[in-house]
This record gives sequence, C-alpha cells and structure tokens, in this order.
Amino acid sequence: MTDFLLSTGLEAVNWSRAQFALTAVYHWLFVPLTLGLALIMGIMETCYYRTGSTFWKDTARFWQKLFGINFAMGVATGIILEFEFGTNWSNYSWLVGDVFGAPLAIEGIVAFFLEATFVGVMFFGWDKVSKRFHLASTWLTGIGATISAWWILVANAWMQYPVGQAFNPDTMRCEMTSFSQVALSPFAIDKFVHTVISAWIIGAIFVAAVSCYYLYRRQKSGGAGDGERDVAVQSFKIAAIVGLVSSVLVMISGDESGYRVAKCQPMKLAAMEALYNGGNGVSLTGVALINPFEQPDYISGKEPPMKIAVPKMLSVLATRSLDGYVPGINDLIQGGYKLPDGTIAPSLLEKTTRGTKAIEALAAYRQAKKDGDETAMEESRKVLDSNIQYFGYGYVNQAEQIVPFIPVCFWTFRLMVGLGMLFVLFFIVALFYAYKRDFTKTRWLHIAGMVMLPLGYIASEAGWLLAEFGRQPWTIQDMLPTWVAVSDINVGSVMLTFFIFLVFFTLLLIVEINIMCKAIKRGPAFSRVAK
Amino acid sequence: MKQGSLIHRVYNFYREGFSSMDIGRVLWVVVLVKLFIIFIVLRIFFFPDTLKEKAGKGNEAEYVSGQIIQQL
Repeated sequence: MTDFLLSTGLEAVNWSRAQFALTAVYHWLFVPLTLGLALIMGIMETCYYRTGSTFWKDTARFWQKLFGINFAMGVATGIILEFEFGTNWSNYSWLVGDVFGAPLAIEGIVAFFLEATFVGVMFFGWDKVSKRFHLASTWLTGIGATISAWWILVANAWMQYPVGQAFNPDTMRCEMTSFSQVALSPFAIDKFVHTVISAWIIGAIFVAAVSCYYLYRRQKSGGAGDGERDVAVQSFKIAAIVGLVSSVLVMISGDESGYRVAKCQPMKLAAMEALYNGGNGVSLTGVALINPFEQPDYISGKEPPMKIAVPKMLSVLATRSLDGYVPGINDLIQGGYKLPDGTIAPSLLEKTTRGTKAIEALAAYRQAKKDGDETAMEESRKVLDSNIQYFGYGYVNQAEQIVPFIPVCFWTFRLMVGLGMLFVLFFIVALFYAYKRDFTKTRWLHIAGMVMLPLGYIASEAGWLLAEFGRQPWTIQDMLPTWVAVSDINVGSVMLTFFIFLVFFTLLLIVEINIMCKAIKRGPAFSRVAK
Repeated sequence: MKQGSLIHRVYNFYREGFSSMDIGRVLWVVVLVKLFIIFIVLRIFFFPDTLKEKAGKGNEAEYVSGQIIQQL
C-alpha cells in the first residue's frame, strides 16, 4: 500500500496527483450522464416531433428535467482541474500551454456557448418556440456537450501521444506544428469514440434504472400510477436498445483503443496485463491473483498465481496477429527486441543516456544563449533535437520509476471489461423482456436494473483510472515525468486543498444526489391532455 | 431596455423560464454556493498562479528552464 500512496521525497507530487485524481473522478460523475442522457432525450423528443403525442412530450420533458439537474450539478467542476494545472503543475502548464491553448479555447468558445445557448431553449422553450426549433435545440445541446468532450479528450490524448508539436528551447514550450495532427490524432479519435459511447451506456443504464425503480415502486404499491408506468415502459425500451447498441460498439472501440495503447504505450498494456516477460503468441489474462495493494515482483518474471488466460489473445489484440510479439515490463526495460518497423528497441539505459544528453544540451543551449554564443547554441540545439524523443528518460534513475502501479491497472481493466460484458448481457435480457414479455411485473429485472446504476459508474471511473494510472509516470509521454511537471510548492498547501476538496465534494455530492433522488421520486409530470 | 427588442425578448424568455422552474430553488442555491466557493474562495485564496508568483511576467521560460534543468 505504501508503494501506492507515498514515495519518500516526492510528497508534493503525490498529493498533487491525488488531488487531481479526486477532482477528475468527481467531475467524471456528471459528464457521462450529460452525454448519455442527451442522446436518449433527443430520441424521445424526436418521437414527440414525429408522432405529436403528448405522452412523448411529457416523457422527453421528464428526462430533460433530470438532465438539467445533472447538468447544473456538474457545472464548473472541470474548471477546478485548470486551477490545479496553474498551481500544482506549473512546469507542465507552461510546457503544454501552446498546444492546449487552441483546443481548449475552441472548447470554451464554440462548444460551451453552443451548449449553454441551446440548453436554455431546451428547458425554457417548450410551447414558446416551434417544435422543430425546440427539437433542434435539444439535439444541439447534446452535440455541444459532445464537441466539448472532443476537445478535452484531444488534450488528454495529446499527453499520451504527443504529436503535431516541436519543443522550442527558447520559449521552453512544446509548440504546435500541426493543428490537424493534434486534433485528429488516431489516439484522440479512439479515445473520443470509446469515451462518448461509454457515456451513452451510462445514459441508458440511468434511464433503465429509474424506469425499473418506477415499475418496482408501482408493484409494491399495488399498481397505482398508469402514466408513470407507461413512461417507465417506453423509456426502458429505448434505454435497452441504446444500451445494447452502445455496449457492443464500446467493445469494438475498446479493442481499437487496446491496439492503439499497444503501439503507443506498451508499458501501460504490459501493466494492465501484468505481463512481466513478453513473447510471441502471448495469452490474454482473464484473471490472476494480483495483490491489489502491492507492486508485484515483476523483475523475477514469475507469472502471477491462479492465472486463467485465453491463448494467443493478447497478441491478437496488440498486433492483430496470432503470433505477434508483445513486450512485457522487463522487455521494455531491457530493450533488444524487434519493433514493428524492424528496428531494435532501445533499453531503458540507452533511453536515459539519451534523455540526459537532451537535458544537458538544453542547459548548454540556454547558457550559450545568455552568453550570445551562436555556434554553441547551434551545436547544442542539434544534440537536443536528436535526443528529444527520450527527453523525459533523463530524469529516470531507477527502472521502477517507469513502471505504473500494476495492481490498479490490472484490476481496473478487468473491472471495466467485466462490467462491460455484464451490461451486454443485461441489455440483451432487457431487450427480450421489453419486447417479448410483460416486464412490468418481473421484480428481479427491476432490481437488476437498479443495481446496474452504481456498476455503470464504477465501470466508467475504472476506465479513467486505467487510462491515467497506466500512463504513469508521464504527464507527457516520454517527455515529462510527474516529479518534474509538478510546481515547486509547499506540500502542506496541497494537502490542505486536498482535504478541503474531499469535504467539499463529499458534501456537494450528498446534496446533489439528494436533489436528484427527490426529482426521481416525484416522477414525471403529465400534461392535462395526456390521457 | 426597449420593449419588443431582441435583448428584451431574450431577457423575458429566461426570466419567465427561471421563475417557472419547479425544481430549481434548492438546486440553484447549491449551484450558486458552489460557484462562489470555486471561483471566489478556492481560486483567490488557495489556487494562485505559481508561475506568476515565482517567475513574474516575461520570465516564465527562464524560470521553467531552471526548474527542469536543475532536476537532472
């Protein structure tokens, strides 16, 4: 456990990481439901637009009300992350400022304003604007939120796969050289597709869970509330379709993400698979006994106990070939294996040597600039440029520094995938009962639907934990480790704000869940003509 | 504000919208308190701009280079 929480001499970086993780986890409670409910309420309002039925109008309005609560609760929670960048991660912020400036500005100006404008029309525009304009506003609210997510995920993806940039030793910044490479990097596209579709699952699970709650409540109370039952039944049907389609799509996009991780972040893949020594035709671990609180002894290369694996499957996932080579943690440290492009992978020692050269060249360049020695500047610039891809390794003193905490990566991956499979199963059963049986009285299905809700959030958060823990120690892949990215600040102030956030977020969450539960308990409101 | 102008209509649209909300009261209090804490309390007292404080305007590159190089 001590491996996970503390590391002597690096307290400020660990508390800053913990604070960032806490804020991101809290922020991510609201985002997926916003994206997911936006899709479902858009579908419901489209039903209203096409049929003119007041039932669909009331149903759409009800889900929009819950969307509104979630939207209001999530407002500005992401801004805190930006505060933390400026205070706790100032070296990092300065380095990435030029690359992140454009995506985040577009996110703020285009997406946020699109979202903020049309969300007002969606909530307050019923019976005041035309049906068509209202429907467009509802969809544009969702599209705005999704575009917003795109730019944030572009920024996140860039940290894990920093393309379209060049380091400038004069400004000490990574400067954007190609906007399209940053905005449309394959890593960003995979991340966006996988994340947004997973958010649709959360939306579907939420709608299914609330619908199941109404059916469960109705059955317990002896059959009162036909209107509420109808809303629950129709909403459940839509949720089942959206949920099943999204669950299948998320598996496909997850496979593509895994392939991308294998290419760009092989250490993350090795950690999430607890693959210590790699090879050809490597099996995919289903489950193994990995102590969740202790970094395993990967150096010995001994396989984890009680391992159940699917033969050759990891090679297929990572290389699209049954006998493809997948490096393990020790291989990545020792190097010497053949890369897909035919070159030989450098060892960690070679990388640290070249990284050290790059940092020394940077120091020499800065000194030469101060001295006005242009020849020395040119020479050191050449050395810097030829070693820049290993810059971050110059700060690595021990191999263990580049190995992520394996238990978190291993278990969050299994949690995410295992629950994802459970959702497929649940939505298949839900779809069958929704269309082939009278499910208003199948109590077990109602309970199962309600149980899915926390599981959905666990799966969603697990995905983020995997993505972020897996890329440790890099804030920018191979360029900037966390202990260099962090500000030179007093650890006490970071600890203080960590606990302030812990209390603040917990209190807010209690109040917010309470408001949401009250709105759900009150149920949908029905138009007078909706008989 | 001129009656019937676009701004007036937009203002009325939102004013009527907010006043007719049936779930809004507590929610908006929570949101406003949250925004106050985030933007006033946390931003001003707990999250200073480290670079601005330590490097000063225009010296950020020099400061960051020092930070990065000295950690070698």
